[in-house]
Amino acid sequence: MIELNDVHKSFGKVEVLKGITASVQKGEVVCIIGPSGSGKSTILRCINGLESYDRGEINVEGLKVDRDAPSIVNIRTQVSMVFQRFNLFPHRTVLENVVEGPLYVKKESRGQALERGRALLAQVGLAEKADAHPPQLSGGQQQRVAIARALAMQPKAILFDEPTSALDPELVGDVLGVMRKLADDGMTMVVVTHEMGFARDVADRVLFIDGGVIVEQGPAKSVLNQPQHPRTQDFLRRVLHPL
Amino acid sequence: MKGFWHDTVEFFPILLNGVALTIIVTIGSLLLSTVLGLIWAMMRVSGIKALSMLSASLINVIRGIPIIVLLFYLYFVMPDLGVTLSALQAAILGLGIAYSAYQAENFRAGIEAIDKGQIEAAQSIGMGWWLTMRRVVLPQAVRIVLPPYGNVMIMMLKDSSQASTITVAELALQGKLIASSTFKNTSVFTLVALMYLTMSIPLILLVRHFEKRAGKR
Repeated sequence: MIELNDVHKSFGKVEVLKGITASVQKGEVVCIIGPSGSGKSTILRCINGLESYDRGEINVEGLKVDRDAPSIVNIRTQVSMVFQRFNLFPHRTVLENVVEGPLYVKKESRGQALERGRALLAQVGLAEKADAHPPQLSGGQQQRVAIARALAMQPKAILFDEPTSALDPELVGDVLGVMRKLADDGMTMVVVTHEMGFARDVADRVLFIDGGVIVEQGPAKSVLNQPQHPRTQDFLRRVLHPL
Repeated sequence: MKGFWHDTVEFFPILLNGVALTIIVTIGSLLLSTVLGLIWAMMRVSGIKALSMLSASLINVIRGIPIIVLLFYLYFVMPDLGVTLSALQAAILGLGIAYSAYQAENFRAGIEAIDKGQIEAAQSIGMGWWLTMRRVVLPQAVRIVLPPYGNVMIMMLKDSSQASTITVAELALQGKLIASSTFKNTSVFTLVALMYLTMSIPLILLVRHFEKRAGKR
């Protein structure tokens, strides 16, 4: 349902994506791993048009991603995003955060949106926080609200941009737990992450990106357990055994 | 001192007429400058180059002309161009336009202080530019903008006295008229000063309240 074909992207003189070709099937969980600055997040941000790309083509459900075309709204309502720094709206309550998109973008009825919003908060284990404001919550709680906000759009896929990187270590598990459940329920997910355990257990496929190209890709277990490329081997060694 | 009390009783009612006009000029030009300032600021952050440049040049032109010259222009020059304004209209228009430049820069600073992640989150749930502004950016920018906005209110209250230069009989001009006909300069201008101060104090307290609230977040 998501297809990238020879996607190039430069920031000024620095080319961060040097021809990315990949696809994500419906119901698939794809983890993107790689060193920082390798272009992982940029790929996600190009898929929902937060970033433009210079060359190549990205399609979502057959629709070409073009951040300046009106169709981008359609794509964004189908492909939600969860950010590293949560980006919840601090001036609105947790429940209002969740129903903001359904109410104001999809123009759903208030009753229906609120009902589903509450159900989603229960699903991420935060039913009792509905009326709190985001700054009152821990990072892990905020990220689970952000996942509920993404789900409220009833998307066909969710993009996760390092969803646990800004969390205290003891809070990471809650968020990964929610994501694991989503994967089990068949949600299509593209996850940029440094959580190798999550990638190994949950992902169908792993892409290893370095220097703006896909160095290696394949089933999660084979890429992570028997990496073929020396750069993948080197990266995994440093991530898994930092000392 | 006894003379002062006597003068107060005598002049206070006339000066109150001036206060009424001062308040009308201040509120009128405050509203106008707020609306214009918002428009300039929105043009500035619209991401459309032509609009943003137009707004930037407008702001600079307005900032570069003294208020008093702007007032003279509206009141004395516009009739030559076929547009006749009453003194009050010209005062509100002139002060409103003059202050719209400062309002715009203040609003823009508030809007640009909002974390980029907020805008991306709004976009990621399919919000367009206007919806993002209305639902996400402006409600948060208001908290940042309110304290300086309060300061602008105080400055506008005092600068409304410039309307006296185009014959609006607001507080300052009313005082000047009484003083020049009675020669009781001390009593009259002390009264005028006290009356401006009395109107400023609630605004000063309001600014302090805004600052406390903004500091909480």
